[in-house]
Amino acid sequence: MQKKSENKMFKASWAYDEAPESTNHIQLKNKYDLYIDGKFTKPVKGQYFDTIDPSTNEKIASVAEATSEDIDKAVEAAKKAFVGWSKLSGKERGKYIFRIARLIQERAREFAVIESLDGGKPIRESRDIDIPLAANHFFYYAGWADKLTYAFPNRSPKPIGVVGQIIPWNFPLLMAAWKLAPALATGNTIVLKPAETTPLTALKLAEIIQESGLPKGVVNIVTGAGETGAAIVNHPNIDKIAFTGSTNVGKYIQKAIAGTHKKLTLELGGKGANIIFDDAAIDQAVEGIINAIFFNQGHVCCAGSRLFVQESVAKLVIDKLKNRMETLIVGNPLDKNTDIGAINSKKQLQTIENYIKIGLNEGGEIYQADCKLPIKGNWCAPTLFLNVSQSHRIVQEEIFGPVLAIQTFRTIDEVIEKANNTPYGLSAGVWTQNGAKIFHLTQKLKAGVVWANTFNKFDATSPFGGTKESGFGREGGLHGLKPYVKFD
Amino acid sequence: MIPNLDNLPVYDTAGVNERIARFCSRSIKSNSKLEGLRLALSMVDLTTLEGKDTTGKVQQICYKAMHPHDTLKNIPTVAAVCVYPAQVANAVKALKDSGIQVASVATAFPSGQSSLEVKLLDTKFAVDQGANEIDMVISRGQFLAGNYQYVFDEIVAVKKVCGQAHLKVILETGELDTLDNVRKASELAIYAGADFIKTSTGKIQPAATMQVTYVMLDAIKDYYIKTGKMIGMKPAGGISTSKIALQYLVMLNEVLGEKWMNKNYFRFGASSLVNDILMQLVKAETGIYQSSNYFSKD
Repeated sequence: MQKKSENKMFKASWAYDEAPESTNHIQLKNKYDLYIDGKFTKPVKGQYFDTIDPSTNEKIASVAEATSEDIDKAVEAAKKAFVGWSKLSGKERGKYIFRIARLIQERAREFAVIESLDGGKPIRESRDIDIPLAANHFFYYAGWADKLTYAFPNRSPKPIGVVGQIIPWNFPLLMAAWKLAPALATGNTIVLKPAETTPLTALKLAEIIQESGLPKGVVNIVTGAGETGAAIVNHPNIDKIAFTGSTNVGKYIQKAIAGTHKKLTLELGGKGANIIFDDAAIDQAVEGIINAIFFNQGHVCCAGSRLFVQESVAKLVIDKLKNRMETLIVGNPLDKNTDIGAINSKKQLQTIENYIKIGLNEGGEIYQADCKLPIKGNWCAPTLFLNVSQSHRIVQEEIFGPVLAIQTFRTIDEVIEKANNTPYGLSAGVWTQNGAKIFHLTQKLKAGVVWANTFNKFDATSPFGGTKESGFGREGGLHGLKPYVKFD
Repeated sequence: MIPNLDNLPVYDTAGVNERIARFCSRSIKSNSKLEGLRLALSMVDLTTLEGKDTTGKVQQICYKAMHPHDTLKNIPTVAAVCVYPAQVANAVKALKDSGIQVASVATAFPSGQSSLEVKLLDTKFAVDQGANEIDMVISRGQFLAGNYQYVFDEIVAVKKVCGQAHLKVILETGELDTLDNVRKASELAIYAGADFIKTSTGKIQPAATMQVTYVMLDAIKDYYIKTGKMIGMKPAGGISTSKIALQYLVMLNEVLGEKWMNKNYFRFGASSLVNDILMQLVKAETGIYQSSNYFSKD
């Protein structure tokens, strides 16, 4: 194992003072109810749960827990609203969606702070990536609302009906935007459930939706955990389910709705291959590795969590990577200089720590950045595993944390075979300055998205989704409309 | 011996830009900002390189170098004064034993379009006049024509004439076109004996950019890993505000780290930067931004 001191060769000495984003301007209630039929409504059974700040494990607010009775009410409201909303002209629907987009932009700072507070992600990411992209999605799909006949020429697209949408905790507002915007543009009504650890930005979005004057019942936002989700999935009056989350839950949903009329799109887990060739711009590739696995603490379904480095540059790349990891700042998510924030929940931290244990028991060689972690809250140092193979569990299974499994390869055919040797198929990355090699690999890699000389780049105009056990259906772009329409 | 230029690292411009954006988004506040500003001030090569420079002008700038702003306590002097060879003797006399170095440009600065003989004489003159640091330019024409051996030999020859004086090699990155060329030229300069590598003469646009500086820092880093020898870095031209200077320091801090964070290994070639730093330091002390008329323009 390389000695720590060698990686301290270029240790930074200038420690930046704390630069926390102000929280004075945010407005949070102590208690949040369900957003049903255009009103904030108390849950029928009167139960609430706490949403906590994962960087301190302190409570932020109480949030209503929706039971099947509440879901009944929400679906009923959505069904009633569908009559009017689906008949409204595309132009009028578009106006509401544009208004929501503008309201998000106006309150972008507030959203960013709340996103980091509730989810633990660094403010740099929520401010520069999550919130602007969420607004972009609404803007983009607002533009499609009155052009659907051009999106599907000669096919007269119709909305499906009441859509149940269940979203994950890694990009709370952004995933709400990915789900809501195309469903609204195509004339559907919605019951959306944010994840139980990160409900706050979806509830703030509910406030914006209320402010926008969107007809009541078109969007209903209900909070709760797995049981609430199951009540949505199993509700007889829901016509389509859109789910983003783990492959296990995805499988459960597919079984649950088998034999019903419900349509389904799933965006599930991944174990993305990030492939570095010896003719890559090595320094930028190292940056790409960092971005691929440590972006949002590795809580990214398309994370580049399997690294393949060509053997001739393996030592160089790994040395540079270790070196670079020493400069990553892990800590307070609200500090503008934080590179890596808090792990989203205690439960997720246990999962990650368990995988690290498994990796060690399997004989993997671990390397962790020597960073000071805060005492309170959920934290995990950026971690590498070297000397692992396709047979290791930490290479096969999705960890959903800042843990990278590194393998070397010798030939193109070998790396293609290994990259595809996984039940998942969501993302991959290729690093080379040789254009022909890029095209060769993008054709052979079985993944919904393949990035070349970059990683984890998203855009509202670009479709995103998986193959194999990473799911089906696309979100974003023209393709993202299709799951929300039916044809005569 | 000339280094092998065939297997040098290559650079992806989009990737480099992304990394630079990360440096620039660091938020430098309170004490760390003051620390950075003082450090930046101590790293300035206060420069005047004009045809109209006179003894009087050089004396004034030397006084400014020694007394940047006397009402401020605990501020450092600048690192060096940088002048043309003809003004070296004036500067040496004016700076006396202040500890401030005298840097002289040489080798048919800024174009470098002359014979090796003339360039060596130019250098020798500056050294004989008392310059402690020589800022030479490389022959960009020869470099772009692929005559790397020529460029290399020229630097070796100038280094020899420098004797005890430190040699800074100006690549004039604004004329080199690509980041890969910047790396190539950095490699030639380092292996030929440069003590510092420097981006620009200040006479060509663009002058220093964070992108080329990043590539040059990367070359310095790789050389250190290979040989254990430290080479200094000097971005010059266009660094006119404290904000930009702090962004360069963030980059230095996160790429090369502790050992390079001092004037022995990092310099800013600048002039108007000094007053901007002083303005910020006064703001920190008094809480108000003073008019630029309160800061001496020498």
